[in-house]
Formats: sequence, structure tokens, C-alpha cells
Amino acid sequence: MALLSSKNRELVIDPISKKNPIIVQMLGICSALAVTSKLEPAIVMGLSVTLIVAFSCVIISLIRNTIPNRIRFIVQLVVVAALVTIVSETLKAFAYDVNKQLSVFVSLILTNCILMGRLEAFALANGPWESFLDGIGHGLGYAVILVIIAFFRELLGSGTLLDIQIIPQAFYDFGYVNNGLMILPPMALIVVGVIIWVHRAKNKELQENN
Amino acid sequence: MNRDSNTYTIIYASVMVVAVAVLLAFTAQSLRGYQKANEDNDKRQQILRSIHVDVKANEAEAKFNELIEDAFLVDDNGNKVEGDAFEANATKTFAAHKYPVFVANIDGQKKYVMTLQGAGFWGPLWGYISLNNDFNTIYGADFSHEGETPGLGAEIATSSFRSRFDGKHIFQGDKFTSVAIVKVGKSVEGQDYVDGISGGTITSKAADVMISGCLSKYVGFLTSQKK
Repeated sequence: MALLSSKNRELVIDPISKKNPIIVQMLGICSALAVTSKLEPAIVMGLSVTLIVAFSCVIISLIRNTIPNRIRFIVQLVVVAALVTIVSETLKAFAYDVNKQLSVFVSLILTNCILMGRLEAFALANGPWESFLDGIGHGLGYAVILVIIAFFRELLGSGTLLDIQIIPQAFYDFGYVNNGLMILPPMALIVVGVIIWVHRAKNKELQENN
Repeated sequence: MNRDSNTYTIIYASVMVVAVAVLLAFTAQSLRGYQKANEDNDKRQQILRSIHVDVKANEAEAKFNELIEDAFLVDDNGNKVEGDAFEANATKTFAAHKYPVFVANIDGQKKYVMTLQGAGFWGPLWGYISLNNDFNTIYGADFSHEGETPGLGAEIATSSFRSRFDGKHIFQGDKFTSVAIVKVGKSVEGQDYVDGISGGTITSKAADVMISGCLSKYVGFLTSQKK
């Protein structure tokens, strides 16, 4: 079996667009609203989730034939919790500032619906390599949406990107004002809504008929 | 092997939990040194920011040692007591009625840095406020938090918020009044005040309580120094 057969490529590419966890499957919206007021935490959060989904998928897939059926949720939780703790401790040691910004949301990756969803729906029934690709795909699908939301929220809400001033001072001198509403959680939801609208307008097969 | 039997399930769960515990303990232990160094440098950066010195984490130690000439603990009456001011955990040392003071020397002028600690919306808040040697005028301030909402309460850690405290007075005459944090556009009588964070009302209120609560503990020290 080729490592990147067309079926395996789909495992990575589909979740980025046509089966995107946030805008199509509606999973993981909670954290997408919480960490997207600035671009930098959104990028780190996206990468952390990608790593954790991918590796928890591999681990669960490797031990899938040994897991007692009745406690499989607990096993999944323990694996994810261990990975989340390792990522959080590593960030504390090597990316201290970002860890401070993300604060509780790193630990809350544990409750991200994408994780349990992928473990339950895919990793328990598929081999490690497919599960890894599936995890990477879903993590990146999540990360891409986070970055898009954070891009608009930081640009319009704070006038900066990655804390670098983008909107020139001249605009402010003419009376331009940062839109404070953009950094509030409701605007994150509205931005997600707009992304879903644009995405479905481009992908007609995703539109519901009723 | 029957994967649904009770014995298998119990053994599986036990082995898994022990294995994960060992793994996590190992990770925590091996990263502890880096984390402690980060935390110490972070604390140095915070103290330095409260005296308007902004340095990178890797330069913090040298700059701190250069500028901070004395650090000690004081009690409610303002007398020096035993203990390490830098290593002291703020919550514990406040509970023990020992309050850390850092004395900085900026171009020959002495600045007195006081520690703040309190509870925010989601988790702890803490910070540092430095006073000029009149023991009344705020020279600078710095605020940190563990888990305030990014973009809202977390904005108390920004330079635009902390700079609002510069030049405010914590005494009116001989009476300790602290500096109030008020909603943008509001004002208060009889004490100095600064604007709070829009959208971060609870965090702003918590910071207000923290500042007045913690600085009031230093009143003994400040009044004894004024004389």
C-alpha cells in the first residue's frame, strides 16, 4: 500500500475543506470562539490541537485491539489527557509567553469534540498511518478556520496582526476607530457564520435541500 | 483473551493509569528546570516593567541584578522581617503578613516596588506597583493574570492599561485612598482613578480590589518611611 495513495490523500485534504470539522461538522466551535481574538494564540492553538489529534489517533489506533469495550471512552480520555498535559508542560518550558496567553484553553483541548469524535469514529477502526493522516487533516482543518477567524478579528478589532500595527496611524487621525465588537465572542460566531456561508456558496453539494 | 471480562478490564485500566502516571511524572520532572527559569525571568520582567524597564526574558536576570539594589519583606507595621522577597510566593507571604518590597535605583532615584496579588475572573491576578521616593506617587505598574479572557480581561496585562497608573497618587493628604479603576467615562470623587477595560468589567473590578487591598497592607511601611 502506498503511503500516500489517493484514499490517504483524501484523509488529509477532505477535513480541510469539504469535511471541515468546524464549518461542516460543527465540532470544536467553543474553542474556536475563545482563542481567536488574536492571531498568535490561534496559530499555537491550531498547531497544538493538530499534534494532539494526530498522536492520540495513532496511539488509540495502535492499542485499538486491546481496549476493553466498556471502558474505551475512559482509555481515550486518559490518552488525550496525557498528551494535553505533555503539550502544556512543553509550552511552559519552551514557549512561556504563548502559554500564558492561551492559559486554560490548552488544558481545555481535552474537551474538544474533534478529538473524541475522531478517536471514536476513525482511530478505533483503522490502522495507525490512516489514523495519523486523519488526525493531521482534522487538526489542520481546525487550525485553518481558527487562523482565518483570528486574522479578521485581530485586524478589525485591534488594527494589528501578530501584534504588529497594520492599520496606519493616518487612518486613526482621520477618525477610523478599531471595532471593539470584533474582539468580543459574539463576533467570532458571526465570522464563523460568514465563513460557512461563503464555503457553502462555493461547494453546492454541501447545501441542504430542505 | 476475553476483552469484556471484568478482570481484563480492571488490569487494563490499572496498567494504563500507572504507565501514564510514570510518563507524566517523568515529563514534569525533566522540564521543571526550564519552567522554573522561565517563571523566575518572567517575574523579573514583571518587576522591571513596573519601573518602566522592558527587557527580553534572556536579559532579565542581568538587568534585574543591575537595577534592584535591595529586596526585603516588611510586616504590617513596616518593620523588616526575615525572608527572601524574590522567592516568596505572593499568596502565602501575604497570608503570613509579610509583604515583599523591591528597591530599585533608576538614575540615582530610588523607586519602591510593591507586590499585588488577588483573584480575577477566571484565576489569580498579580502585579507590581512602584512608587517614587515620596511614597505616594505611582512611578509605574505592571499586571499579570493566569487565565483572563484574551482580548477582554487579559488586556490588563497590556502597556496601554498599565501606563494609565503613572503619576497617580495613592494617598490624599495623609489618608490612604488607593487608585480606583472605573468604567470608561465614569469618575469618582476623593481619590485618583484610571479607566478600566471595556468588556473586562469583572477583571477591572477585581484589579481595583486587588490594588486597594494589597497596597493597604503596605500603609505601615509607607507611612514609617515618609517620616
